[in-house]
Amino acid sequence: MLVDPRISIIDERLKGIGKIIAVSSGKGGVGKSVIASTLALTLARKGFKVGLFDLDFTSPSTHIILGIEGLQPKEEKGIVPPKAHGLHYMSIIYYSGDYATPLRGADVSNALIELLAITKWEKLDYLILDMPPGIGDATLDLIRLIKNIEFIIVTTPSKLAFETVKKLSSLLKSLRIPMLGVVENMKMNNAQLVRQQAKKIGITMLTEIPYDPKVEEAIGNTNKLLNTTLAKKAEEIASRI
Amino acid sequence: MHEWALAEAVISAASETAEKEGLKEITEVRIKVGELQQIEPEILEFALAQLKTGKLRNARFHIATEKALLKCRACGHEWLFNRKKLDESTAEAIHFVPEIAHAYIKCPKCGSPDFEIVAGRGVWLESIKGVK
Repeated sequence: MLVDPRISIIDERLKGIGKIIAVSSGKGGVGKSVIASTLALTLARKGFKVGLFDLDFTSPSTHIILGIEGLQPKEEKGIVPPKAHGLHYMSIIYYSGDYATPLRGADVSNALIELLAITKWEKLDYLILDMPPGIGDATLDLIRLIKNIEFIIVTTPSKLAFETVKKLSSLLKSLRIPMLGVVENMKMNNAQLVRQQAKKIGITMLTEIPYDPKVEEAIGNTNKLLNTTLAKKAEEIASRI
Repeated sequence: MHEWALAEAVISAASETAEKEGLKEITEVRIKVGELQQIEPEILEFALAQLKTGKLRNARFHIATEKALLKCRACGHEWLFNRKKLDESTAEAIHFVPEIAHAYIKCPKCGSPDFEIVAGRGVWLESIKGVK
């Protein structure tokens, strides 16, 4: 017998959290981390208690989007995420710093289980998870380990991006994992492909976000970020989840 | 005291196992601690003693440490983790999340960060004994 004791405590660690929302995508580069960060900020500004957990261990970026530097979690019978911009914020960067952390699938799983087992969240209304792209180990582990997880899927108007949305949504459907809906990001014109396809496969269209060059300028500055069109659209998402 | 969080996990896993095996009382719990995580056995033992209740009330805990063996996936070289070669903040980062070793440790032979943790990672529940 060799039992990994960490699995047994994960439910206990997450029991004080209202909704756990995984902001995910079929492929990278669709703006998932910016949307996860802005959604978390928007919910916090509405007065909810919100946590943001960056689970993209090999390419974490929410700390850059939110301009978070020099923070460390408190150690108190586990680790307690510090607060940044009103969010209870957790990321592997507290431990990896700026170093590249090349992790294979099994290592990603282990790091994920470790952090889920030792992180002590306060009572939260929402925990937003910034997921790594795709349907790899982290996605499968979270589905296995977090009972009440719900997904938001981010895509761009590209056919290529939406093809991967189909795969992710088909996996979630087959496992009976709730999907809150799809967000179409960086929309350049009036193309209806994503809306039509989402309807066809039975996923709610949460919002369409026009391409906004101001988002890049707002990276690292939460006040600027909350003044973008993307933030206005994040309000729409917040009101629907 | 992050050992406390792991001790809570051990107690929870031992209770679940006892439930599955139909044990009324647990008398002994054997735990394996990987050296890579640099857990202080005394702190873990103290936390376990504070946390044991119910079926675990009279349980004795045995903690064994396992050497951390790393194997390079690029050149196949095997080597033992050496805490003394790390500075304080690196050692602490690995203590919290052992996989962080991939950010700081390289194969001493070829310099690759692509290595496998063959043995000595994390905390494991090895066995429990009890009364049915």
